[in-house]
Amino acid sequence: MRASLVRVMASATALSLGTTAAALAQSDASRVPVPSDSLIDVSPTGPIRRVTDALTRVTDGGRVRIAAGVYREPTLVVVRPVTLEGAEGAILDGEGVRGLLVVRAPAVTVRGLVFRNTGSSQTEDRAAVRFFEGADCTVEHNRFEDTFFALLLQEMQRCVVRHNVMRGMRGTQSRTANGVHLWSSEGVVVEDNVISGHRDGIYFEFASNSVARRNTVTGSLRYGLHFMFSDDCRYEANRFEANQAGVAVMYAKRVHMVGNVFARNRGSAAYGLLLKDINDSEVRRNAFTDNTVGVVLEGSNRNVVLDNRFEANGWGLRLLANAQDNRVEGNVFARNLFDVGTNSRSSYSTLRGNHWDRYRGYDLDRDGAGDVPHAPVRLFALVVERAPAALVLVRSLVADALDLAERVAPVLTPATLIDASPLMRRPALAPVQAGALPPDGRVTVTGRRDDAPEES
Amino acid sequence: MSAAQSPVWLGAQRATPETSVATRRGRTPSVVTAVFAAQWREIARNRWVLAYAIVLLLLTEALFQMGGSGVRALTSLLNLVLLLVPLVTSVFGVVYWHAAREFTELLLAQPVARLRLWWGLYLGLIVPLVAAFGVGLTLPLVWHRALDGETVRLLALYLGVGAALTASFGAAALWIGVRQDDRLRGLGLTLGLWFMAALAYDGVVVWLATAFSDWPLERPMLFAMLANPVDLARTALVLRLDSAALMGYTGAVMARTLGGGTGLAVSAFGLALWIAGPVWLAERAFRRKDF
Repeated sequence: MRASLVRVMASATALSLGTTAAALAQSDASRVPVPSDSLIDVSPTGPIRRVTDALTRVTDGGRVRIAAGVYREPTLVVVRPVTLEGAEGAILDGEGVRGLLVVRAPAVTVRGLVFRNTGSSQTEDRAAVRFFEGADCTVEHNRFEDTFFALLLQEMQRCVVRHNVMRGMRGTQSRTANGVHLWSSEGVVVEDNVISGHRDGIYFEFASNSVARRNTVTGSLRYGLHFMFSDDCRYEANRFEANQAGVAVMYAKRVHMVGNVFARNRGSAAYGLLLKDINDSEVRRNAFTDNTVGVVLEGSNRNVVLDNRFEANGWGLRLLANAQDNRVEGNVFARNLFDVGTNSRSSYSTLRGNHWDRYRGYDLDRDGAGDVPHAPVRLFALVVERAPAALVLVRSLVADALDLAERVAPVLTPATLIDASPLMRRPALAPVQAGALPPDGRVTVTGRRDDAPEES
Repeated sequence: MSAAQSPVWLGAQRATPETSVATRRGRTPSVVTAVFAAQWREIARNRWVLAYAIVLLLLTEALFQMGGSGVRALTSLLNLVLLLVPLVTSVFGVVYWHAAREFTELLLAQPVARLRLWWGLYLGLIVPLVAAFGVGLTLPLVWHRALDGETVRLLALYLGVGAALTASFGAAALWIGVRQDDRLRGLGLTLGLWFMAALAYDGVVVWLATAFSDWPLERPMLFAMLANPVDLARTALVLRLDSAALMGYTGAVMARTLGGGTGLAVSAFGLALWIAGPVWLAERAFRRKDF
């Protein structure tokens, strides 16, 4: 009797992708009486074997507990505030043809599940988990494998996305999509996630007052973090490593970028951090290491770049002439091929009190600041700016000779781009601790990572 | 031309004149080895080669003490190596040719194949120089126990590049020596050659790059680098030192053509051509020369 009921229910709820809340509410399955405690167990061997069935029976504020097993069902649709909880080994599989979970309700929690194999799509925003127009959601301790979009939040408020592991699909930029994508959302916290191999690891698009914190984003096919029109956001203590184009923060105001690591982002169009049309923001205590370009400031005004470390980059800082009133102070520049690059003789930003390993001045009055100003733009850097092909002569005697000539009699390098009081001693900047990877670098199969630091 | 006029050269070559070379036909390569051995003994005792080794040794030692690691010391040595090796080799090569001239003429009077004699002389010039270069760079790193994997790879590349530059400029110097009997003019020519290759050439390249910056110059620039042994040597080393990816688009083109395994092969092939060319010229001039 029970088994046949379940079977009826199953056929009734084998709904297409376009299932709406209204259709669900009227389906036969929803009329089946539900247990009053509203904890529903789904298990491959139990009375309820499909998550779809459980979702039709659960009441507001109830829980659906999913036991270990592989569930291949039509896209799940959540229409009321519930908690979905996976036991270790609970896997939702999209069989390469569909998204897995669509949420159209507030206060939904998704925890401990494995989402995998959505396939890619050029016609829809196919996501493993997609939230619409809700608030107060939590997505934690999940694992996403071979998903197109892993998590897509659209018009959401006050959500928390944490301790998830996301691994994108193999393929080109057009075959993959983003790890965590925020669109037109507010007050979202994205923290302690490990994201690799997506097009953009994290994408804030029209997000505001949101935070990305302690995430590790590697091997993105485009940007590790992509940031468009997202005012008043912060990102802190993240690690962006070996992404094809680094990190791009564009068209936003009052963005706080603090304590992140940008490393090994290399390529002909790769930046550790690209700031384009960014105003009134701060870049503080970050480490830029081994990138083609550490930081680019383009069309960005009134920003402060403080206490960062630029080490072993091709270009440390590229400060374009259309960036005005930026303050670059207290940074350390060491072992870069070029410390500072620019595209013009004019510059409207200030360099002050930085430490340069190329500085050759002295400090007679012992106040810690060199008595001779330092011009960090090498003449050879200007030559390369004008004629990029001249770069083949890097480290040649001619390049050194040009720099020496310019140092003796500066006529071509920007007169205004000068550090008037370079630091004699390298400031003791605290080492940057960033990223979500646990010390042993391992992540458990279920995506639960109890060893990851909790927010204090 | 009597033997008494050059007792040193002859003395160093005791076995050769009457007996071995002419009679032992079955072992003809011994002309190359005998001449080479004689010149090696002569040059190895030469205070200039010793000074060359010691200067390189002191430089490496000093840079190591300042930089604290083998890789850093070698990185700082880059331009010194690229300047010093061609300069010392070409000047020393011309001087050597004129010093060995009487010995050469004496041997030419014997039934000795010219080609073999030339190879003996050539190897006798470059092998001691390469050895001095190797000793100067390697010893400080050995006694500081700084030979970790990265340093060893870099050092091997430096030694290879240094040897190639020595072989190339050594042959060029011999060519100039053979063609120009006037010792001073020969020296002037070889210095001019060094100046062109090590300094002036790059100046012209910078000027061309700036003058034609509106054109896509990446590939022509690579050919410009291939067309000069000093630049080729520098490019091979730079691609190893700074990851080319740090240098944007041009770096990427550079890395694709001259970096990695195939790039190393391309560089090695280019340098081999830069050895083969001068060797062929010098050898031909030597064969045709009427002493």
